[in-house]
Amino acid sequence: MFLGLIIKQTDSKSGDILVKIRDLRFIRGDKIIFNGADLDIRRGKITAIMGPSGTGKTTLLKLIGGQLQPAGGTVHVDGLNVHRLRQPELYTLRKRLGMLFQSGALLTDLSVYENVAFALREHTALPESMIRHLVLTKLHAVGLRGARDLMPSELSGGMARRVALARALALDPMMIMYDEPFTGQDPISMGVLVKLIKTMNDALGITSVIVSHDVPESASIADYIYIIADGKVIEHGTPEALSQTRSDWTRQFMQGLPDGPVRFHYPAADYAEDLFQNI
Amino acid sequence: MRISNLINVITGLGRFGLGFLQRLGRSVLFLLRTLAACSVLFARPGLIVRQLYAVGVLTVLIIVVAGLFVGMVLGLQGYNILVRFNSEASLGVMVGLSLVRELGPVVTALLFAGRAGSALTAEIGLMKATEQLSGMEMMAVDPYKRVLAPRLIAGFISMPILAAMFSCVGVLGGYFVGVGLLGVDAGAYWSQMQNSVDLWDDVLNGMIKSIVFGFIATWIAVFEGYDSVPTSEGVSMATTRSVVSASLVVLAANFLLTALMLGEE
Amino acid sequence: MKSRTLEIWVGLFVAAGIGAVFMLAMKVSNLSSLNTGDGYLLKASFENIGGLKVRSPITASGVRVGQVAGISYNSDTYQAEVTLRISPEFDRFPSDSSASIFTAGLLGEQYIGLEPGAEEEYLQNGDTITLTESAVVLERLIGQFLYSKAAGE
Repeated sequence: MFLGLIIKQTDSKSGDILVKIRDLRFIRGDKIIFNGADLDIRRGKITAIMGPSGTGKTTLLKLIGGQLQPAGGTVHVDGLNVHRLRQPELYTLRKRLGMLFQSGALLTDLSVYENVAFALREHTALPESMIRHLVLTKLHAVGLRGARDLMPSELSGGMARRVALARALALDPMMIMYDEPFTGQDPISMGVLVKLIKTMNDALGITSVIVSHDVPESASIADYIYIIADGKVIEHGTPEALSQTRSDWTRQFMQGLPDGPVRFHYPAADYAEDLFQNI
Repeated sequence: MRISNLINVITGLGRFGLGFLQRLGRSVLFLLRTLAACSVLFARPGLIVRQLYAVGVLTVLIIVVAGLFVGMVLGLQGYNILVRFNSEASLGVMVGLSLVRELGPVVTALLFAGRAGSALTAEIGLMKATEQLSGMEMMAVDPYKRVLAPRLIAGFISMPILAAMFSCVGVLGGYFVGVGLLGVDAGAYWSQMQNSVDLWDDVLNGMIKSIVFGFIATWIAVFEGYDSVPTSEGVSMATTRSVVSASLVVLAANFLLTALMLGEE
Repeated sequence: MKSRTLEIWVGLFVAAGIGAVFMLAMKVSNLSSLNTGDGYLLKASFENIGGLKVRSPITASGVRVGQVAGISYNSDTYQAEVTLRISPEFDRFPSDSSASIFTAGLLGEQYIGLEPGAEEEYLQNGDTITLTESAVVLERLIGQFLYSKAAGE
């Protein structure tokens, strides 16, 4: 048993891979979201998962967090098969994962301070002075220590995401998943978020997973990029490698060209024919 | 053509029926799961207190005002009917019995569904739409325990209390109008009421009704919120549906319970 | 702190609820005027009990002293047998007291009125009141009235 423990530990460390996704398949209604996706997320690195809207990037994060059950394939987080875990074990695992939702998902009836303290109050029996210390540290890290008494409705979108980041940091997770952190942000708060994600990753050694379709921002901080489309990983590599790609599709996506393999026009009949059709 | 129309209608009916059964099944599973999560409330009663405030205390005003007016109308109408038979002394009986047996539980349940139920649905629906519930799950906090169970239990507790308040205030309202304005004898009002209103058959049955209605209205409200489509339209539709179906189910249940309680005697 | 005011409000709410239930029990219903199960039982037979029901009040000189505990029909005597439950504090009704069924108002509910007699002995648990007067049945009264009118002319 002791040996098994060592093997298990070295096993999870050996590849330096924190999240291992193999042959992932997921179906929503009659739409196939994932059809055999393979991903590896390395410990301590920033991994960006990019792809056009509607390719199930958020779904992927929920699959990693065990909120959704896949139709097939496996997701291992830190050596644990997420979808084989019983609820208490899953919850133990989730305490070590942080997730930043697109909307922030702050609890609207609690103040900023209480939002950050939420997980601490739920999961620990720390004295109030300790909680206060921890909360203020996290809030200071995201630069919002002064906003502790505001309610979520009084925050701007960027501030809400920073509070959510502080909240995700509260339990000192090993990994944080960011769901579209840059969408709908003005350039300044975008810059703040980019810097924060990078800082948190480097200073605290947290593994970061960013799901995004904001190519330049993600590429600027990511160590590794996966591009998914049509339910599969179509290309992966470091940002430098991907910018040199030979795939037309990847180039179109990375550079945001209006026309390419993904057509500008939705499939339709011939234009001239359509216009002069006799009705 | 006609036949295909007919088939369409039948298909629609079938789909509606299946959808209804599906929702019913889901709501029962939901209820069981929420009730199973209620054990946490013994460890953390503080969670209920906040919800008791939102569900119960904030509903008191509308219940008291409505109860007062309903009681006053009963006094007025009852007096005008009874005075024709020279038995206005029985006003207390009429006001007391109609409030304790019927109006107290039913009107309270309808108001409860409108005030507290809709608020519950909207709140839970919004929490779902803004990913707060998902967020909690990812923080390893079970929303069934943290969000749903306290609300369900608070609803169960609040409803009988509110119904009792409604009946009391109504009886006083009838007293103000009957005794204060129309000159019914105060002694007759109370003593006839006490002679006719039975603690077990009337008061207790009324309480049972209000408990059942509270259960129904809260269950529907919380379920509709949790089951809503997580968009603003979805939440607003769920809120409407919550009030409408809770009211209808309460009225239907009232008929069943009344038949059952009268049949018992 | 804010949760403190919250707790106070909820406490008031629950207290008000208990108060309301208490008021329903004591002031609106008949809990205060009877203790079901207490008291002693008497029997009385009536030709006709009219609209008398279980739990109808029993009064003496207009004061409530008990309630009807049971009603049955005796097929040997062809009479209604009424069981009366009298509160224990009213334990001195002479054994020749009489029981009559009255109506409160023209259309009001019916109740039993006890008229004390003059005997030295008092009624005990299980005793029977022999002197009884049936309910006045309105239809019969009207019938008699019409009959006597017709006979008189």
